[in-house]
Amino acid sequence: MSDSRLLPLLFLCFFSLFAVTANAQPTADDAALEQRLNRLSQELRCLQCQNQTLADSPAGLAEDLRREIRAQMKAGKSDKEIIAFLTERYGQFILYRPRVTGVTYLLWFGPFALLLGGLTLLFRYIKQRRDSISEQPLTAEDRRRAEEMLAPSGKETA
Amino acid sequence: MLRYLVPLGLFLVLVVFLAIGLGRDPHVIPSALINKAAPTFRLPQLKDPAKTFSAEDMRGKVWILNVWASWCVACRDEHPWLFEYARSGAVPIYGLNYKDQREDALAWLGELGDPYVLSAVDLDGRVAIDYGVYGAPESYVIDQNGTIRLKHVGPLTPDIWSQKVLPLVQDLNRQGVTK
Repeated sequence: MSDSRLLPLLFLCFFSLFAVTANAQPTADDAALEQRLNRLSQELRCLQCQNQTLADSPAGLAEDLRREIRAQMKAGKSDKEIIAFLTERYGQFILYRPRVTGVTYLLWFGPFALLLGGLTLLFRYIKQRRDSISEQPLTAEDRRRAEEMLAPSGKETA
Repeated sequence: MLRYLVPLGLFLVLVVFLAIGLGRDPHVIPSALINKAAPTFRLPQLKDPAKTFSAEDMRGKVWILNVWASWCVACRDEHPWLFEYARSGAVPIYGLNYKDQREDALAWLGELGDPYVLSAVDLDGRVAIDYGVYGAPESYVIDQNGTIRLKHVGPLTPDIWSQKVLPLVQDLNRQGVTK
Protein backbone atom coordinates (compact mmCIF):
# COMPACT_ATOMS: atom_id res chain seq x y z
CA MET A 1 0.00 0.00 0.00
CA SER A 2 1.39 3.41 -0.93
CA ASP A 3 1.92 6.16 1.61
CA SER A 4 -0.81 8.32 0.13
CA ARG A 5 -3.36 5.63 0.88
CA LEU A 6 -1.97 4.64 4.22
CA LEU A 7 -2.20 8.10 5.70
CA PRO A 8 -6.00 8.51 5.61
CA LEU A 9 -6.31 5.00 7.00
CA LEU A 10 -4.11 5.84 9.96
CA PHE A 11 -6.16 8.96 10.37
CA LEU A 12 -9.33 6.95 10.60
CA CYS A 13 -7.87 4.49 13.05
CA PHE A 14 -6.71 7.33 15.21
CA PHE A 15 -10.02 9.14 15.29
CA SER A 16 -12.08 6.03 15.77
CA LEU A 17 -10.52 5.85 19.23
CA PHE A 18 -12.39 9.03 20.08
CA ALA A 19 -15.60 7.55 18.76
CA VAL A 20 -15.27 4.66 21.18
CA THR A 21 -14.56 6.86 24.17
CA ALA A 22 -17.41 9.19 23.24
CA ASN A 23 -19.89 6.34 23.24
CA ALA A 24 -19.16 4.62 26.49
CA GLN A 25 -18.02 6.69 29.40
CA PRO A 26 -18.55 4.77 32.59
CA THR A 27 -17.02 6.50 35.55
CA ALA A 28 -14.49 4.56 37.56
CA ASP A 29 -16.70 3.66 40.51
CA ASP A 30 -19.66 2.28 38.56
CA ALA A 31 -17.56 0.51 35.95
CA ALA A 32 -18.39 -2.75 37.68
CA LEU A 33 -22.08 -1.90 37.61
CA GLU A 34 -21.93 -0.99 33.92
CA GLN A 35 -20.24 -4.29 33.25
CA ARG A 36 -22.94 -6.12 35.12
CA LEU A 37 -25.61 -4.14 33.25
CA ASN A 38 -23.94 -5.02 29.98
CA ARG A 39 -23.75 -8.70 30.83
CA LEU A 40 -27.40 -8.83 31.87
CA SER A 41 -28.67 -6.86 28.90
CA GLN A 42 -26.90 -9.26 26.53
CA GLU A 43 -29.45 -11.81 27.75
CA LEU A 44 -32.41 -9.56 27.07
CA ARG A 45 -34.21 -8.82 23.85
CA CYS A 46 -35.00 -5.34 22.68
CA LEU A 47 -38.74 -5.24 22.08
CA GLN A 48 -38.57 -2.67 19.35
CA CYS A 49 -35.87 -4.21 17.17
CA GLN A 50 -36.45 -7.79 18.10
CA ASN A 51 -33.29 -9.36 16.82
CA GLN A 52 -31.05 -7.15 18.86
CA THR A 53 -30.15 -7.50 22.49
CA LEU A 54 -30.96 -4.78 24.93
CA ALA A 55 -27.24 -4.11 25.14
CA ASP A 56 -26.84 -3.47 21.40
CA SER A 57 -30.07 -1.69 20.61
CA PRO A 58 -30.09 2.06 20.08
CA ALA A 59 -33.91 2.19 20.37
CA GLY A 60 -35.45 4.61 22.84
CA LEU A 61 -37.18 1.89 24.81
CA ALA A 62 -33.94 -0.09 25.12
CA GLU A 63 -32.29 3.03 26.51
CA ASP A 64 -35.13 3.44 29.02
CA LEU A 65 -34.95 -0.21 30.06
CA ARG A 66 -31.18 -0.03 30.52
CA ARG A 67 -31.70 3.02 32.70
CA GLU A 68 -34.34 1.17 34.69
CA ILE A 69 -32.08 -1.86 35.13
CA ARG A 70 -29.21 0.40 36.18
CA ALA A 71 -31.44 2.07 38.77
CA GLN A 72 -32.57 -1.28 40.13
CA MET A 73 -28.99 -2.53 40.30
CA LYS A 74 -28.02 0.56 42.25
CA ALA A 75 -30.92 -0.16 44.58
CA GLY A 76 -29.31 -3.53 45.28
CA LYS A 77 -31.63 -5.78 43.28
CA SER A 78 -30.21 -9.09 42.11
CA ASP A 79 -30.13 -10.11 38.44
CA LYS A 80 -32.85 -12.62 39.18
CA GLU A 81 -35.13 -9.99 40.67
CA ILE A 82 -34.56 -7.68 37.72
CA ILE A 83 -35.36 -10.44 35.24
CA ALA A 84 -38.50 -11.24 37.21
CA PHE A 85 -39.45 -7.55 37.07
CA LEU A 86 -39.05 -7.50 33.29
CA THR A 87 -40.78 -10.80 32.52
CA GLU A 88 -43.74 -9.72 34.67
CA ARG A 89 -44.21 -6.82 32.30
CA TYR A 90 -42.97 -8.01 28.93
CA GLY A 91 -43.34 -11.77 29.24
CA GLN A 92 -40.72 -14.39 28.47
CA PHE A 93 -40.29 -12.87 25.06
CA ILE A 94 -37.78 -10.47 26.51
CA LEU A 95 -35.49 -13.36 27.44
CA TYR A 96 -33.18 -14.54 24.71
CA ARG A 97 -33.05 -17.88 26.48
CA PRO A 98 -36.62 -18.66 27.53
CA ARG A 99 -37.02 -20.66 30.70
CA VAL A 100 -37.73 -24.36 30.45
CA THR A 101 -41.43 -24.62 31.21
CA GLY A 102 -44.29 -26.73 29.86
CA VAL A 103 -44.86 -24.19 27.11
CA THR A 104 -41.25 -24.11 25.99
CA TYR A 105 -40.54 -27.86 26.07
CA LEU A 106 -41.08 -28.08 22.32
CA LEU A 107 -38.78 -25.11 21.77
CA TRP A 108 -35.97 -26.52 23.88
CA PHE A 109 -36.24 -30.21 23.10
CA GLY A 110 -37.99 -30.19 19.71
CA PRO A 111 -34.76 -29.96 17.70
CA PHE A 112 -33.23 -32.88 19.61
CA ALA A 113 -36.39 -34.95 19.10
CA LEU A 114 -36.24 -34.16 15.40
CA LEU A 115 -32.57 -35.14 15.26
CA LEU A 116 -33.26 -38.40 17.06
CA GLY A 117 -36.20 -39.16 14.80
CA GLY A 118 -34.13 -38.39 11.70
CA LEU A 119 -31.25 -40.62 12.87
CA THR A 120 -33.66 -43.47 13.64
CA LEU A 121 -35.18 -43.23 10.17
CA LEU A 122 -31.73 -43.06 8.59
CA PHE A 123 -30.45 -46.15 10.41
CA ARG A 124 -33.58 -48.09 9.63
CA TYR A 125 -33.26 -47.15 5.98
CA ILE A 126 -29.59 -48.16 5.83
CA LYS A 127 -30.28 -51.45 7.57
CA GLN A 128 -33.21 -52.23 5.30
CA ARG A 129 -31.10 -51.47 2.25
CA ARG A 130 -28.27 -53.63 3.45
CA ASP A 131 -30.66 -56.53 4.09
CA SER A 132 -32.32 -56.22 0.70
CA ILE A 133 -29.02 -56.48 -1.20
CA SER A 134 -28.05 -60.15 -0.95
CA GLU A 135 -24.49 -61.16 -1.62
CA GLN A 136 -23.89 -63.06 -4.83
CA PRO A 137 -20.60 -64.97 -4.99
CA LEU A 138 -18.69 -64.61 -8.27
CA THR A 139 -18.72 -67.53 -10.63
CA ALA A 140 -15.51 -68.71 -12.29
CA GLU A 141 -16.67 -67.09 -15.51
CA ASP A 142 -17.23 -63.71 -13.75
CA ARG A 143 -13.79 -63.87 -12.22
CA ARG A 144 -12.15 -64.58 -15.56
CA ARG A 145 -13.95 -61.63 -17.18
CA ALA A 146 -13.03 -59.28 -14.34
CA GLU A 147 -9.40 -60.23 -14.62
CA GLU A 148 -9.51 -59.69 -18.33
CA MET A 149 -10.89 -56.20 -17.82
CA LEU A 150 -8.39 -55.31 -15.08
CA ALA A 151 -5.40 -56.53 -17.00
CA PRO A 152 -3.34 -53.79 -18.71
CA SER A 153 -4.25 -53.94 -22.39
CA GLY A 154 -1.77 -55.54 -24.74
CA LYS A 155 0.54 -56.70 -21.98
CA GLU A 156 0.91 -59.95 -20.09
CA THR A 157 -0.23 -60.01 -16.47
CA ALA A 158 2.58 -60.41 -14.02
CA MET B 1 -47.89 -45.19 -3.12
CA LEU B 2 -47.01 -44.64 0.54
CA ARG B 3 -43.50 -43.56 -0.30
CA TYR B 4 -44.92 -40.59 -2.19
CA LEU B 5 -47.74 -39.81 0.24
CA VAL B 6 -45.54 -39.56 3.34
CA PRO B 7 -43.22 -36.82 2.01
CA LEU B 8 -46.23 -35.05 0.50
CA GLY B 9 -48.00 -35.16 3.85
CA LEU B 10 -44.92 -33.83 5.65
CA PHE B 11 -44.61 -31.10 3.05
CA LEU B 12 -48.24 -30.06 3.56
CA VAL B 13 -47.72 -29.90 7.33
CA LEU B 14 -44.71 -27.67 6.71
CA VAL B 15 -46.76 -25.46 4.38
CA VAL B 16 -49.46 -25.05 7.01
CA PHE B 17 -46.92 -24.11 9.67
CA LEU B 18 -45.21 -21.61 7.39
CA ALA B 19 -48.54 -20.12 6.31
CA ILE B 20 -49.54 -19.58 9.95
CA GLY B 21 -46.10 -18.15 10.65
CA LEU B 22 -46.36 -15.71 7.77
CA GLY B 23 -49.81 -14.59 8.83
CA ARG B 24 -48.68 -13.66 12.33
CA ASP B 25 -47.29 -10.27 13.15
CA PRO B 26 -44.01 -10.83 15.00
CA HIS B 27 -44.31 -7.38 16.54
CA VAL B 28 -47.36 -8.35 18.51
CA ILE B 29 -46.07 -9.80 21.75
CA PRO B 30 -48.62 -11.45 24.02
CA SER B 31 -48.97 -9.37 27.13
CA ALA B 32 -47.93 -10.82 30.44
CA LEU B 33 -50.28 -8.44 32.23
CA ILE B 34 -53.67 -9.78 31.18
CA ASN B 35 -55.79 -10.48 34.26
CA LYS B 36 -53.19 -8.86 36.48
CA ALA B 37 -53.68 -5.71 38.48
CA ALA B 38 -53.02 -2.57 36.46
CA PRO B 39 -49.81 -1.03 37.81
CA THR B 40 -50.51 1.99 39.97
CA PHE B 41 -49.16 5.40 39.07
CA ARG B 42 -49.76 9.03 39.85
CA LEU B 43 -48.81 11.38 37.07
CA PRO B 44 -49.42 15.06 36.27
CA GLN B 45 -52.18 15.80 33.80
CA LEU B 46 -51.25 17.14 30.41
CA LYS B 47 -53.60 20.11 30.30
CA ASP B 48 -53.36 20.97 33.97
CA PRO B 49 -49.95 19.90 35.37
CA ALA B 50 -50.97 21.01 38.85
CA LYS B 51 -53.49 18.15 38.94
CA THR B 52 -52.58 14.50 38.89
CA PHE B 53 -54.22 11.39 37.59
CA SER B 54 -53.96 7.93 39.06
CA ALA B 55 -55.20 4.53 37.97
CA GLU B 56 -56.68 4.35 41.49
CA ASP B 57 -59.03 7.22 40.63
CA MET B 58 -60.79 4.89 38.19
CA ARG B 59 -61.76 2.21 40.71
CA GLY B 60 -65.28 1.01 40.11
CA LYS B 61 -65.27 1.98 36.46
CA VAL B 62 -64.39 0.21 33.24
CA TRP B 63 -62.00 2.43 31.33
CA ILE B 64 -59.44 2.47 28.57
CA LEU B 65 -55.89 3.67 28.90
CA ASN B 66 -54.55 4.65 25.49
CA VAL B 67 -50.81 5.23 25.14
CA TRP B 68 -50.04 7.95 22.63
CA ALA B 69 -47.41 10.46 21.60
CA SER B 70 -47.18 13.32 19.14
CA TRP B 71 -44.15 11.65 17.52
CA CYS B 72 -46.09 8.44 16.95
CA VAL B 73 -47.24 8.08 13.35
CA ALA B 74 -49.76 5.29 13.93
CA CYS B 75 -51.39 7.36 16.70
CA ARG B 76 -52.33 9.89 14.05
CA ASP B 77 -54.16 7.14 12.13
CA GLU B 78 -55.92 6.01 15.25
CA HIS B 79 -56.92 9.46 16.40
CA PRO B 80 -60.12 10.04 14.37
CA TRP B 81 -61.46 6.65 15.43
CA LEU B 82 -60.87 7.45 19.11
CA PHE B 83 -63.23 10.38 18.65
CA GLU B 84 -65.95 8.08 17.45
CA TYR B 85 -65.42 5.63 20.30
CA ALA B 86 -65.42 8.48 22.83
CA ARG B 87 -68.55 9.99 21.30
CA SER B 88 -70.36 6.66 21.55
CA GLY B 89 -70.06 6.98 25.32
CA ALA B 90 -69.44 3.26 25.70
CA VAL B 91 -66.35 3.68 27.84
CA PRO B 92 -64.19 6.61 28.99
CA ILE B 93 -60.83 6.83 27.24
CA TYR B 94 -57.88 8.21 29.15
CA GLY B 95 -54.59 9.04 27.49
CA LEU B 96 -51.07 8.26 28.61
CA ASN B 97 -48.84 10.72 26.85
CA TYR B 98 -45.69 8.68 26.36
CA LYS B 99 -42.24 10.31 26.27
CA ASP B 100 -43.43 13.49 24.67
CA GLN B 101 -42.74 17.19 24.99
CA ARG B 102 -45.62 18.98 26.65
CA GLU B 103 -45.74 21.67 23.94
CA ASP B 104 -45.71 19.05 21.16
CA ALA B 105 -48.45 17.04 22.83
CA LEU B 106 -50.65 20.09 23.40
CA ALA B 107 -50.08 21.27 19.83
CA TRP B 108 -51.03 17.81 18.55
CA LEU B 109 -54.29 17.81 20.51
CA GLY B 110 -54.89 21.40 19.40
CA GLU B 111 -54.52 20.44 15.78
CA LEU B 112 -56.39 17.13 15.77
CA GLY B 113 -58.73 17.59 18.71
CA ASP B 114 -58.77 15.85 22.09
CA PRO B 115 -60.81 12.65 22.40
CA TYR B 116 -59.51 11.89 25.89
CA VAL B 117 -61.22 12.61 29.17
CA LEU B 118 -57.73 13.63 30.16
CA SER B 119 -54.16 12.63 29.43
CA ALA B 120 -51.51 11.82 32.01
CA VAL B 121 -47.91 12.74 31.24
CA ASP B 122 -45.34 9.95 31.35
CA LEU B 123 -42.33 12.05 30.49
CA ASP B 124 -39.56 9.49 31.03
CA GLY B 125 -41.60 6.42 30.08
CA ARG B 126 -41.27 4.90 33.55
CA VAL B 127 -44.98 4.13 33.92
CA ALA B 128 -45.04 2.74 30.38
CA ILE B 129 -42.36 0.22 31.41
CA ASP B 130 -44.64 -0.91 34.25
CA TYR B 131 -47.38 -1.45 31.72
CA GLY B 132 -45.08 -3.35 29.36
CA VAL B 133 -45.43 -0.75 26.62
CA TYR B 134 -43.02 -1.26 23.77
CA GLY B 135 -44.48 1.04 21.15
CA ALA B 136 -47.30 3.47 20.75
CA PRO B 137 -50.22 3.32 20.30
CA GLU B 138 -51.20 0.70 22.84
CA SER B 139 -54.52 0.39 24.60
CA TYR B 140 -55.55 -1.30 27.81
CA VAL B 141 -59.05 -2.16 28.95
CA ILE B 142 -59.11 -2.01 32.75
CA ASP B 143 -62.07 -3.24 34.74
CA GLN B 144 -63.81 -2.02 37.90
CA ASN B 145 -61.33 -3.84 40.15
CA GLY B 146 -58.33 -2.31 38.43
CA THR B 147 -57.51 -5.48 36.52
CA ILE B 148 -56.16 -5.35 32.98
CA ARG B 149 -58.56 -7.33 30.82
CA LEU B 150 -57.27 -6.59 27.34
CA LYS B 151 -54.21 -5.15 25.76
CA HIS B 152 -54.11 -4.10 22.17
CA VAL B 153 -50.87 -3.13 20.45
CA GLY B 154 -51.26 -0.81 17.48
CA PRO B 155 -54.14 1.39 16.42
CA LEU B 156 -57.59 0.54 17.75
CA THR B 157 -59.22 0.02 14.38
CA PRO B 158 -63.02 -0.10 14.04
CA ASP B 159 -62.74 -3.88 13.53
CA ILE B 160 -60.84 -4.40 16.76
CA TRP B 161 -63.19 -2.02 18.52
CA SER B 162 -66.40 -3.71 17.46
CA GLN B 163 -65.11 -7.27 17.73
CA LYS B 164 -62.96 -7.22 20.83
CA VAL B 165 -63.11 -4.03 22.85
CA LEU B 166 -66.79 -3.13 22.77
CA PRO B 167 -68.12 -6.65 23.60
CA LEU B 168 -65.66 -6.90 26.48
CA VAL B 169 -66.58 -3.47 27.84
CA GLN B 170 -70.29 -4.23 27.62
CA ASP B 171 -69.75 -7.57 29.27
CA LEU B 172 -67.75 -6.03 32.12
CA ASN B 173 -70.34 -3.32 32.66
CA ARG B 174 -73.10 -5.89 32.75
CA GLN B 175 -71.29 -7.93 35.36
CA GLY B 176 -70.81 -4.86 37.51
CA VAL B 177 -68.34 -4.69 40.35
CA THR B 178 -67.37 -8.13 41.54
CA LYS B 179 -65.24 -8.20 44.59
